[in-house]
Amino acid sequence: MEIYLIDILILSGFIGYFAIWNVTPLLHSPLMSVTNAISGIVILGALQSLNLSNNLFTTMLLLTAIFFASINIFGGFHISARMLKMFKNKDKKQ
Amino acid sequence: MISITNILIYSLFILSISKMSATRTAYKGNILAIIGMSVALIFGLISIKPEYQIYAITTILFGGITGIIGSQKTSISQLPQMVALLNGFGGLASGLIGISESINLTQPNFLQIFIIFTGCLTFSGSIAGFFKLSGLIKISDTETLHSTSIILLILSIIGSFYAYNGEIEYIISFALLSSLLGFCFILPIGGADMPIIISILNGLSGWCTTLVGFSIENSLLIIIGTLIGTSGSILTYIMTKAMNRHLLKVIFAPLNQHKEDTSQHTEQDIHKGTPQDAAFLMENAHKVIIVPGFGMAASGAQHELGNMANLLIQKYKVDVKFGIHPVAGRMPGHMNVLLAEADIPPEIIYGINEINPEFKTADIVYIIGANDTTNPLAKTKKDSTIYQMPILEVEQAKRILFVKRSLAPGYAGLDNPLFYEDKTLMLLGDGKEITKEIVTNLENDSK
Repeated sequence: MEIYLIDILILSGFIGYFAIWNVTPLLHSPLMSVTNAISGIVILGALQSLNLSNNLFTTMLLLTAIFFASINIFGGFHISARMLKMFKNKDKKQ
Repeated sequence: MISITNILIYSLFILSISKMSATRTAYKGNILAIIGMSVALIFGLISIKPEYQIYAITTILFGGITGIIGSQKTSISQLPQMVALLNGFGGLASGLIGISESINLTQPNFLQIFIIFTGCLTFSGSIAGFFKLSGLIKISDTETLHSTSIILLILSIIGSFYAYNGEIEYIISFALLSSLLGFCFILPIGGADMPIIISILNGLSGWCTTLVGFSIENSLLIIIGTLIGTSGSILTYIMTKAMNRHLLKVIFAPLNQHKEDTSQHTEQDIHKGTPQDAAFLMENAHKVIIVPGFGMAASGAQHELGNMANLLIQKYKVDVKFGIHPVAGRMPGHMNVLLAEADIPPEIIYGINEINPEFKTADIVYIIGANDTTNPLAKTKKDSTIYQMPILEVEQAKRILFVKRSLAPGYAGLDNPLFYEDKTLMLLGDGKEITKEIVTNLENDSK
């Protein structure tokens, strides 16, 4: 099981490597903001752990984690959209 | 079922990132990522126990609304600190998951301890970055903070062994120690190094996700976390390369560490100009290169700069180009976002390698708040902190217009010999005000 997860890690690293070098430097800020929002996917970890949570304290911790991860997700995507809109509008004018 | 949604989710995220390769498709990339996240959230919510669902949904709604309101209220000039803050929340979420996993497992293993450490470090480091970027905290005593960080690091390492026993008190104390460490660690780092720090923290929040993925054996989290981790690491590499600074040096030897340059120059040695002079020089030039730096962001001069460029191009038929140093500003690509806000077409914006050969033929270089990235000392002064950093070679242009708030050195604490050259005209004052006056002059002058 562990070995197979490490394979996934390495392969994703390669995909990330090639995908990121393709990104134009013009868009490094939006890229950071989008990846930042995507990292909120960790919310799935909190939801999954919630099933195994066996006391009130950890349940509260996990709900707090869900709260902050949602701020990260929604805020991150919203701010990325605002940034990218500025690049998009400009493209249309030409 | 789960594996099919997993395939759908990570494919959407990978496609989303590859759409960021061009400005034309980037907006779609964000939408793809939003779709991916929505699918993930729906299936995540379906898979949990029904009695928890209502709590989880309410929490997500509350968090989501907070996030959207918060980012709606953020102005474009506050973007770097907002990105740092949101990044910190991602780290905090991982840290909290790590804590609850450790408590639930009764005997946490190395992985959970590591999640708590990196999660809390990312969280507090990003919060420190947020405070620094919004100017809420100014640090004068960096040395105390450095020694505090070292003590905290040792304490955290000891604390990790105690946390390993699985006692709630020890786990919580360990989390607090790691948080304090991140805060003290990031706080003394100089403003000019911020693009590097933000990239590191961005990557770290991804690696936290990967670690959580290993801990709960969720391959989706490993894939996405690693993608983001690599993204942050590559950006870090690009930034350190652009500054020619070793990563360890950024962390352990901040630029603005009591390095007051003892130059003997005074205001008498410079040639002061007025916005009228600047307008006159630029309308009669053939080629003008504009070099923006953090000073443009700080004074919010991008719209005025856009107007100036527009007038020069339309009314005076001047060849106008923008030259941008990769580490200008406070986050990777900071200048590009601001110039996009001011509707400056991307075709006239150039990176360091494309613009450097152009300076030879430029009549005027208009530098606005970019001190260190244009400083020729990077080539000559061996003991300076920016030695061998690739710079924009503005000194090759025929004339230099340097807009600067005062003659104080830049973040690297270095004097810039360009100020005292005969071909340089210093425009001292607020970048926005000066550019505005130049625009007024350009409007009124007749061709």
